[in-house]
Amino acid sequence: MTMLGPLGFTAPWLLLGLLALPVLWIILRAVPPAPIRRMFPGVVLLLGLKDAEQVTDRTPWWLLLIRMLAVAAVIVGLAGPVLNPQEQSGAEAGSGPLLVVMDASWSSASDWRQRQAALDTLLARAERAARPVALLRLTAPEAPQFQAAGVLKSRLTGILPEPWEPDDARVAQAIEMLPDEEFDSYWMSDGLARDSRALLLAALEARGEVTVFESPRAHYTLAPARFEDGHVRLTLHRLRPGPEAEVTIAGHGLDPAGNPAVLVRNTVRFEQSATEAELELNLPAELRARITRFEIEGARSAGAVTLPDDSLRRREVALIAGNENREGLELLSPLHFLDRALEPTADLLDGTLEEVLPANPDVIVLADVATLSPGEEAGVLEWLESGGTLLRFAGPRLAASDVSRNDEDPLMPVRLRAGGRSVGGAMSWGEPKSLAPFAEDSPFFGLAIPDDVTVTSQVMAQPDPTLAARVIAQLTDGTPLVTRKRVGQGQVVLFHVTANAEWSSLPLSGLFVQMLERLAVSSMPAAPAPEDLEGTIWQPLRVLDAFGRVGDAGNLPGVAGEALLSAPLGPDLIPGLYQGEDRSLARNVVSVDSVFEPAVWPERISVEGLSRPEETPLAGWLLAGAIALLLADVIASLALSGRLGGTRPRAGTAAILAALALSLTPVPSRAQDSPAASPEDEAAAMLAASEVTLAHVLTGDRQLDDLAEAGLRGLSDILFYRTSVEPAAPMGVDLETDELAFYPMLYWPVTADQPIPSDAAYAKLNDYLRSGGMILFDTRDSDVAGFGTSSPEGRKLQDLAAPLDIPPLEPIPQDHVLTRTFYLLQDFPGRYASRDVWVEAAAPDAEQVEGMPFRNLNDNVTPVVIGGNDWASAWAIDERGAPLVRIGSGFAGERQREIAYRFGVNLVMHVLTGNYKSDQVHVPALLDRLGQ
Amino acid sequence: MTDTVTHLRRDAQQEASRFPALLARAEHLAGTVLLGEHGRRRSGMGDDFWQYRPLRSGDSYRSIDWRRSARGDEQFVREREWQIAQSVQLWVDGGASMRFTSDQNLPQKGERARLVALATAILLIRGGERVGFTGWQLPPRNGDVQVLRLAEALSDDTEDDYSEPEARGIIPHARAMFVSDFLGDLDPVEAALTKAADRGVRGVLLQVLDPTEESFPFKGRTIFHSVGGSVAHETLKAGDLRTRYLERLAERKDRLDRLSRLTGWQYMCHHTSESAQSALLWVYRAMDGGR
Repeated sequence: MTMLGPLGFTAPWLLLGLLALPVLWIILRAVPPAPIRRMFPGVVLLLGLKDAEQVTDRTPWWLLLIRMLAVAAVIVGLAGPVLNPQEQSGAEAGSGPLLVVMDASWSSASDWRQRQAALDTLLARAERAARPVALLRLTAPEAPQFQAAGVLKSRLTGILPEPWEPDDARVAQAIEMLPDEEFDSYWMSDGLARDSRALLLAALEARGEVTVFESPRAHYTLAPARFEDGHVRLTLHRLRPGPEAEVTIAGHGLDPAGNPAVLVRNTVRFEQSATEAELELNLPAELRARITRFEIEGARSAGAVTLPDDSLRRREVALIAGNENREGLELLSPLHFLDRALEPTADLLDGTLEEVLPANPDVIVLADVATLSPGEEAGVLEWLESGGTLLRFAGPRLAASDVSRNDEDPLMPVRLRAGGRSVGGAMSWGEPKSLAPFAEDSPFFGLAIPDDVTVTSQVMAQPDPTLAARVIAQLTDGTPLVTRKRVGQGQVVLFHVTANAEWSSLPLSGLFVQMLERLAVSSMPAAPAPEDLEGTIWQPLRVLDAFGRVGDAGNLPGVAGEALLSAPLGPDLIPGLYQGEDRSLARNVVSVDSVFEPAVWPERISVEGLSRPEETPLAGWLLAGAIALLLADVIASLALSGRLGGTRPRAGTAAILAALALSLTPVPSRAQDSPAASPEDEAAAMLAASEVTLAHVLTGDRQLDDLAEAGLRGLSDILFYRTSVEPAAPMGVDLETDELAFYPMLYWPVTADQPIPSDAAYAKLNDYLRSGGMILFDTRDSDVAGFGTSSPEGRKLQDLAAPLDIPPLEPIPQDHVLTRTFYLLQDFPGRYASRDVWVEAAAPDAEQVEGMPFRNLNDNVTPVVIGGNDWASAWAIDERGAPLVRIGSGFAGERQREIAYRFGVNLVMHVLTGNYKSDQVHVPALLDRLGQ
Repeated sequence: MTDTVTHLRRDAQQEASRFPALLARAEHLAGTVLLGEHGRRRSGMGDDFWQYRPLRSGDSYRSIDWRRSARGDEQFVREREWQIAQSVQLWVDGGASMRFTSDQNLPQKGERARLVALATAILLIRGGERVGFTGWQLPPRNGDVQVLRLAEALSDDTEDDYSEPEARGIIPHARAMFVSDFLGDLDPVEAALTKAADRGVRGVLLQVLDPTEESFPFKGRTIFHSVGGSVAHETLKAGDLRTRYLERLAERKDRLDRLSRLTGWQYMCHHTSESAQSALLWVYRAMDGGR
């Protein structure tokens, strides 16, 4: 491969073809484009015309350039250019057998995919070079077998890391297995320092060249969670100091519904060049108890997962004493010593039995409690059945009671003799008794018995057939000290002495705490000593794989307790959660005292990283580019010779341009349905909506529109003076563009030549009418035409109103609410005083109730009022408030104007109040009914 | 024998299928102009109703319009509009150069020429004029049958690239209309016009051009050839020829215009991309105005 900077060529000789380009240039330039034959009757006018230049029309330089570029791209493309071709060196470049050594530990799991990819490339190269390849995984060493790379390649996906590290023994084993022949080695290291590396390296170097592959990726590990001072503390480490970094920790567990969920998530910040960071989580006990694992999100490595065992889980212990004599001495309190013994390791609950039972404590301690109420007893029994531990202590009260005297009480492990006994006291003969060594089947087996533990008083168990089996601790004279009975999944344990130091010195000793621990009353301290676990077998419950995934343990064999704590992880001890008798222990990949150091390689070894510029073959791109250039050339040539544009530029070019545009531009997002309102429109709308505003429809006749506005201004003023309606200045509305919903009423003067509104405007008008708007149609021709006769305005009105949703009409009846909404009116004059004013017809069933002056009329506002009285003229005032239009003559005219104003007031009142006045007529009847 | 008849009939049908379409379009086109534009506004001899007038002494009983008179007690006479028939002679270029269009959406020049000519003929015949072709082929006559004859005669084409106007058989003091692209030699046109002017015949020259002939939007190496293929011209840079071509075209138009003014004719250039109606209106007004 020939290199040109970051470019390499697989067939560099083909590049010589580029030398031919100048020749091609000259040839192409010399050949003019072929002529088009074109039919043209005007050719006679051309006859005899000479071309201005007698030289051949040449192909333009840019077209030549396109062609040259296309040819050059083809030549270069065929020469097989590769960007960043991977240089082979070290072990990769050799030709002999190749041994791939993989640490294959959990530490390499996080970038396993990349490692696989790297291995794939390596194997592909080895395959090409026909090198036999063998694989050696240090975590699970098997004698390497050199075979064709393809065989190994096919197994590639099955090669997985293990959740442990290659320890010295395994490395030694691997060195044993190394074949004696010569081979090169490719070591995929996980980046952690190990003493055994040097040995293996020496062994490998003795047989050939060694190349190390190591990922520079940030490497985080999570130490086991600790519970300190009421907080969960998590410590994170990273292998190499680096820049500031934030890492997210998630605590997984079951949510209250029993589904896996992330219960807590928090971020930890690594300071600049710090290798350690700590996270303090303050979690409620319930949440803490549910957490099954903490993990670094996105790390995908067993080292980034830690399983908390019971050390996080604090037991809940309810302490209940028979007599809470708070006035007595603290040391005599039956619960004092229990309190002191349990407080560091358990969450204590106070309260009565009824109160603590629903909290479902792990343990209920009854210190010298003799009898429970039947309800309490049933509750406690149920709790016992489901796994509770009832810990009872004897005492004077229990000794004096009849509990479990003749029949075994369900909440007592044994029957008791009356009275109990005292030994070693001032009034007795015997010495105080000490404890006998614990039997092998006792949970206390193995605990050392201090000499100073003596018992002076105890309650005595009735000898029963079951007694021997239930004794788990006894005194030297064989009398039971602690008895236990299984109830369902739970147990009842009775200490035959008091919980305070009254009857024995047991509560004063350290043994007491240990016994409580063994009974799983108190939680286990953070790190159990190996001796504590001697002789116990722990069953794996859940195990981790190298990627940090928690899986079911299946039928993996149990592990001895001492091995669980100290033995190195391996196939026999897979990291995970192990279940003991009453508790579980977690064995994590990273323990509290694990220290990881980055591996250091000697200078002579070449170390590769994962990230190197990817090898990119460019031939495809170049050839595609050449095709694109040739296409451009086709289009350009056509355009140039007039075949593309020429006579019909619209058809050809436009189609191509459209196709280009379509392919280049994304589909435009859907335009807004309605054009955005301009600020002025918005301001007008806000003004109209904030006040009562009368409006008139713009007819396009300037004079008429001005008159209508003046009329409405006059009416607005009258309303302002006389009523509580205080309208804003009237507005003209354009039916096509303006929003109508803000106006209670539209005054629509009809002219013969106004345009018919569009369909959209009609839809708007119908919406307006249906939603309670009113239109006052005014044909302004009552002086010459009766309503309904065919005056031009009347015909226009018919045209205008035809598409409107208008109910049946009738002339205003005498009892219409318009006649009395403010003024009592029977005439509705404007400039003219015709009585032809039409409104929505009353319901056909409107009946006049006897004694009522009016019919019970329709409930809503009439949507239209139609007349021809030219009201706007009567209402119209100029700026100074003087009437604009002369009405009638003299006083009679002014009277008519006044009535016209009154009609306007009534109309606006009707629009604004609806049938309110119609309802008012019922007031006398209502008052009458109310007995007023 | 049978073959000949079959061929004849098939050809006839083909032809027939062509000219009713032309006729229909021409009628349609003519219909847009007909309204209120014609007639002498005087009573006289004619086909069209002019007015009723009360019977006067001297009127024959036969002239009484009984239908009208039966409505009242008086007798009415139906008067007709006075019409004077004139002869109008057409010449429509049937040369191959007229069978050209630059765009499939545009009609051929010949098609447009025929359409305008026939529509004019229809209008004139409706107006009572006699319309025919120059030459001896179809002398001017009136009546609707003549329209059919005209349509039939119009569908004739010649094989020549550029045909010369037919100036023979022009009736003195008649009117004439020459429709062509006038791209051929102008001397015969000049001769024909002079001859017509000598006989006191006035008329219109309608030049029908395709838009490309007006704009010459060509570029690159091109061989131009006429429709019939008799004339060809090769150029290496068609774009360079544009200005000179346009100059020549303008010169030609100018010559036609001058010629027509000299002889009392009227000249107009019509493009097939424009509406036929505009041409028809102009022709009709030119004819009417010349009257």
